[in-house]
Amino acid sequence: MATAPVLPGGFELPLEPRLPRLGSVDAVALEERAASLATRSIKREAKLFALDLAIRVMDLTTLEGADTPGKVAALSSKGIRPDPSDPNIPSVAAICVYPNLVPFAVERTKGTNVKVASVATAFPSGQSSLEVKLLETREVVEAGAHEVDMVIDRGAFLSGRYAQVYDEIVRVKEVCAGRAHLKVILETGELGTYDNVRRASLLAIAGGADFIKTSTGKLPSSATLPVQLCMLEVIRDVHEETGRVVGMKAAGGIRQSKQAVQYLVQVYETLGLAWLTPDRYRLGASTLLNDVLMQIRKERTGRYQNPDYFTVD
Amino acid sequence: MTKDKRELARRQDKAPIATAWDYAPAPEARDIVKIQERYGLFIGGKFVEPESGERYTTIDPAREEPLAEVAQAGKADVDRAVRAARDAFANGWSALRPSERAKYLFRIARLLQERAREFAVLESINGGKPIRESRDVDIPLAAAHFFYYAGWADKLEYAFPNRKPRPIGVAGQIIPWNFPLLMLAWKIAPALAAGNTVVLKPAETTPLTALLFCDVLRQAELPPGVVNIITGDGRTGAELVSHPDVNKIAFTGSTEVGKAIQRTLAGTGKRLTLELGGKAANIIFDDAPLDQAVEGIVNGIYFNQGHVCCAGSRLLVEESIYETVIAKLKRRMATLRVGDPLDKNTDVGAINSKQQLDKIGALVQAGIDEGAEIYQPPCKLPERGYWFVPTVFTNVAQSYRIAQEEIFGPVLSVLTFRTPDEAIEKANNTPYGLSAGVWTEKGSRILAMAQRLRAGVVWANTYNRFDPASPFGGYKESGFGREGGRHGLEPYVVLDDA
Repeated sequence: MATAPVLPGGFELPLEPRLPRLGSVDAVALEERAASLATRSIKREAKLFALDLAIRVMDLTTLEGADTPGKVAALSSKGIRPDPSDPNIPSVAAICVYPNLVPFAVERTKGTNVKVASVATAFPSGQSSLEVKLLETREVVEAGAHEVDMVIDRGAFLSGRYAQVYDEIVRVKEVCAGRAHLKVILETGELGTYDNVRRASLLAIAGGADFIKTSTGKLPSSATLPVQLCMLEVIRDVHEETGRVVGMKAAGGIRQSKQAVQYLVQVYETLGLAWLTPDRYRLGASTLLNDVLMQIRKERTGRYQNPDYFTVD
Repeated sequence: MTKDKRELARRQDKAPIATAWDYAPAPEARDIVKIQERYGLFIGGKFVEPESGERYTTIDPAREEPLAEVAQAGKADVDRAVRAARDAFANGWSALRPSERAKYLFRIARLLQERAREFAVLESINGGKPIRESRDVDIPLAAAHFFYYAGWADKLEYAFPNRKPRPIGVAGQIIPWNFPLLMLAWKIAPALAAGNTVVLKPAETTPLTALLFCDVLRQAELPPGVVNIITGDGRTGAELVSHPDVNKIAFTGSTEVGKAIQRTLAGTGKRLTLELGGKAANIIFDDAPLDQAVEGIVNGIYFNQGHVCCAGSRLLVEESIYETVIAKLKRRMATLRVGDPLDKNTDVGAINSKQQLDKIGALVQAGIDEGAEIYQPPCKLPERGYWFVPTVFTNVAQSYRIAQEEIFGPVLSVLTFRTPDEAIEKANNTPYGLSAGVWTEKGSRILAMAQRLRAGVVWANTYNRFDPASPFGGYKESGFGREGGRHGLEPYVVLDDA
């Protein structure tokens, strides 16, 4: 007669971790709330505050096949001093580049507060072996990148192999630990539902992400206001329940000051003032900066300047 | 370069850390609206002086400043208006080709859209509601109602298959102050579409958008007497209700007045629809999308300062998530921006009148006295005007007045439940039955709850959503008759056999 296998001694059913409150997201209501926050009318001093902040939290990005050391050097200079004619304009938070260009960005930003972020782990698709991903991460960290923007394996996530996704994040985090901040890109445009965005956010945070980030910027559908709201709500829940602070980075498709202000308003009204610093919030963008500079000048002088007054880098 | 960089680094280290991000005032301009010093009664297509000779002052509740003198219509004025409506009904309007009636309604709808900003600003000035709501909800919905019923005007026989619908005559309509222009649209659009003429009395405290609407009627070249608008307090309403030549009364307002109207009309043969008070349950199950549910709770009770008959004023939370929901709700309430209704960033505006403010205050005091626990977020209120801080009561028993009576203000009472049966029992345990909300991820549970809730409207995973195509109305003491949708035509037609 068959007998049921005896449980090993000291075994306790780990009930708590088995009943995690992942929570669900209602798409209609989420989008409604995001749309309602987007109608906030931010004027004068409040707008200048937001525009200044938008620069401080910006990850000035170039991720093109055509990138060269020269392009990265020019972008770094722009990031350090975005508007040479106005000493009150702050530097951006970081320069974000491909792995092999990290040394040039590091060289150019040395001695400033501007950080260097590198994408890694077979960005943007993440379709490579774990060994290659870890090797790439190790290389960029050793080259001096302060921040690593990794992508999750969406293939694994969508086929339900969550443990694999989690494991990869943990291993990349091990490489970064103590040396570089880890931002985990969910590529929400490929996840399909807000429930998946929430699940992936929790997975990334559990795996050790310092920041969770919306997108690679390589898809037609990148960051959106509802997606950011969904992720901010996860960050808020984690903070409430555990006290752990996780940062947020919205990236892709944010090209205009007006959008940037909408993203910042959402962070402010969801997580509060504490999250409005480069340590906890980032905007990833390649072309946003000049529009912000133009808007700042417009707020100060009352009129728009010719775009030729702002350097194109 | 390196010196430059060092200097930059130094400056950035000293960069001030912000302590607040105060949104600068973003007021909508008032000057688009021209308010006259005094208004007459709109009877027979023109403004006439009231025979009563009486007038009263309508105010801006956010500033406590007078806006205009409006007429207090007396018995003779009501009679004049009803005669004008009867005349218009008998001599043309009821015999007009339905497609022609539709044209007028389409015209009114388009004019409302064209003048939307003007109406939105005036609605906020006279009523105290945030411009964000009058701009994004009230006025667009009012226009949508006219568009919707314009479409029905020449298709009535399809609304009532195998019957022959005809208009009933003169409709007397009395509307409340919480959604002045929207309620006007709910009343006038179906009445005209079905071929009736109208005498409408706006609420005593909010007559101005109805009076501005008369200008839209002039632009639309609506035949004189088809719509008559008479202002005044409850006495005017009573005269209209008891006028012998009115064929139908439509009333939206308090249950108390609704009962009085029904007593007056008993045995007269006049038709009646009533849309009265409510004390809706908003039910949150433990599998609900919590952050969105919290938005729904806030929208359910703080929308329009809680001056909403279908407001989700009783929150029923499943006990296992009670603490999480309350913590999230309190945090969310702290971000509500109370103040100038014309500021585009205002979430909660002014209370409509002193009288209403006193009533809310008295009921909140009763809640405190009965032992409920009150929470109000820190909140700076303007010095002048009528204001009430968004309030939530926890530890509320089903027997407390704040769980039973309609407060009609930004005050939420929280109760808990353990099982769906208990939720149903508590939700239905009220004399009212206008609306309810259910929040759960489980579709089958939504359907099961909707079947058992004794409420005219049940929202699932949303709250306070309106659409002209969707009928609205109550059970029990929340009234009878439906407004909106095909059902909304029924009170305005006599159905003969085909």
